Amino acid sequence: MTHNSHARRYEPRKVTPKEDRVATSAMIASLAAEGYDTEAAPFGNALVELAKTRPEIVGLSADLAKYTDLHIFANAMPDRFYQMGMAEQVLVSAAAGLAREGFIPFATTYAVFASRRAYDFIAMAIAEENLPVKIVCALPGLTTGYGPSHQATEDLAIFRGLPNMTIIDPCDAVDIRQMVPVLADHNGPVYSRLLRGKVPAVLNRYKPDYQFTLGKAQMIREGRDVLMITSGFMTMRALDAAERLAKDGVDVAVLHNPTIKPLDRETILAEARLGGRLVVTAENHTVVGGLGEAVATTLLTNGVTPTFRMIGLPDEFLEAGALPTLHDMYGISVDGIVRQIKGWV
Amino acid sequence: MNEQSHPAPASNVSLERRAWNIRRKALLMGEVQGQGYIGQALGIADVLAASYFHAMTHRPADPEWEGRDRFLLSIGHYAIALYAVLMEAGILPEEELETYGMDDSRMPMSGMASYTPGMEITGGSLGHGLGIAVGMAMGLKRKNSDAFVYNLMSDGELGEGSTWEAAMSASHHKLNNLICLVDFNDQQADGKSTEMLSAEPVVPKFEAFGWHAQRVNGNDLAAVVAAFDAARAVTDDRPRVIVFDTTMCKGVPFLEQRDITHFVRVEADEWSKALAVLEEGKPA
Ligand SMILES: Cc1ncc(C[n+]2csc(CCOP(=O)(O)OP(=O)(O)O)c2C)c(N)n1
Ligand SMILES: [Mg+2]
Repeated sequence: MTHNSHARRYEPRKVTPKEDRVATSAMIASLAAEGYDTEAAPFGNALVELAKTRPEIVGLSADLAKYTDLHIFANAMPDRFYQMGMAEQVLVSAAAGLAREGFIPFATTYAVFASRRAYDFIAMAIAEENLPVKIVCALPGLTTGYGPSHQATEDLAIFRGLPNMTIIDPCDAVDIRQMVPVLADHNGPVYSRLLRGKVPAVLNRYKPDYQFTLGKAQMIREGRDVLMITSGFMTMRALDAAERLAKDGVDVAVLHNPTIKPLDRETILAEARLGGRLVVTAENHTVVGGLGEAVATTLLTNGVTPTFRMIGLPDEFLEAGALPTLHDMYGISVDGIVRQIKGWV
Repeated sequence: MNEQSHPAPASNVSLERRAWNIRRKALLMGEVQGQGYIGQALGIADVLAASYFHAMTHRPADPEWEGRDRFLLSIGHYAIALYAVLMEAGILPEEELETYGMDDSRMPMSGMASYTPGMEITGGSLGHGLGIAVGMAMGLKRKNSDAFVYNLMSDGELGEGSTWEAAMSASHHKLNNLICLVDFNDQQADGKSTEMLSAEPVVPKFEAFGWHAQRVNGNDLAAVVAAFDAARAVTDDRPRVIVFDTTMCKGVPFLEQRDITHFVRVEADEWSKALAVLEEGKPA
């Protein structure tokens, strides 16, 4: 009897020549290396600002305050912060308990651990009772080269199946800073992805009057040939790809859709009905159960049938390695987007 | 199947020297990446030396040999330390050291079973190892094997509920072929373990869960070896745990004295300095 049901493939792998080797970017979820303006810790700073006038706000983390920018809140308001240790189940159960007692808890960990380890506790203690717990999670999708243990490639799919849950995939520092008070005001549970550290600020560059609105998709860039519907940092990637494609005469619209659930069906349908455009969704998430499938369902069940394509991560456990290599390999880099769209138009 | 009586591969290299070699290899890997969980690797080197060169039965040329003692690295982020001992044991070729953490390497930053010979499980999502060890210990008993299952975990993992489900399960199912190793370095991501979610008193907790429990200085090799011997010699049907109090960055004093955090920062020019300092303490 031997154990070989999962594919062991540790034959010597191809060894990259020294000068071509790329180091793994460890826990660096910051995408700032790309020449954007950045803001430091938009989540932590926005939460402190809000909490000054909202005494019911409390913060909790499961040994990842420093890695979710919640340490800013912990340092500013130590008596309103609970360090729960590395125990994600009690993190969310205790958040539920605090919410029952009238508080608005912001609970943080990594996206993988909220969606996988703590799921049942979120489902029953929080979502089923529609409690106002805000679960805010770093390392969304493919933002670490550590391999599947840290890559939250299916978090949106997991939470989309959960009734009552509001789900946010913010693009940048502008989205994150602006969403914090909105989430606190929403009387129900929220799961939000998070970029932390030095976070690029992009949306206001394209749209100076941009304002995050719960449940609303917003057109960031108009275009005649392709309609991209995007969330999370894929919106900034799509905007960069659109500039590149414009040089080749392909005019790309980018509709930023940070609220994954409830989906802004009205805007998506209205835009998709403006005929003639190829519709492409782009998400930092598996193509199973995320934004792409949500949009596809919306279109099809409403009889809107443009040519439709999805950009996202494959239905696989992903590799470990350097983020730029992985983003390129899985087609979610700017190059990857350009390449795919050129193949479709 | 029952070849447990065979000791670890015979060698006249001292355990002190093995531990030193493990530290050196870990530093060389850290230098390759310019980063790595070096504090943890330096702290756990003595325990790994005693595991692979004193306690465990294994065949370096055949890491999947059925009769081997299993060693589970629950703490995937300690992979750099395990790669160092796997190289020292001849399970991984030393030439691959310079690929650590690089694209296409067999040694990713966080341990993955499918990438590396000798890496039994994909850890890293913390709190998994002990539960898997319970099942492997059950399986070995079903196969009448007298191999042991070792699970290396951290003090941070004592916070996970899954650890205590597994602990209760191990004693209920009388898994005396399970030896759990806890690296108590009093550190986790946000700060000191005992100040965040204290697992103390650890030994009485495990005892209350039906375990044979010991606690020793994990950087005192003689004490470490004695603890492994005692754990394997217990004759009743309790699972066994050894809690090792370790010092992060052990062996490189200027790093030991640094403000220790989960991810100890080492500047680009400090790797060679650390290797030089280590060289001064080279055992025979
Ligand atoms: C289930 C889970 N939650 C959170 C993390 C993120 N994380 C990685 S290492 C770490 C600290 C865990 O404590 P320990 O292993 O004792 O840390 P160390 O001694 O290496 O500082 C945390 C919280 C994780 N990997 N798995
Ligand atoms: Mg620790």
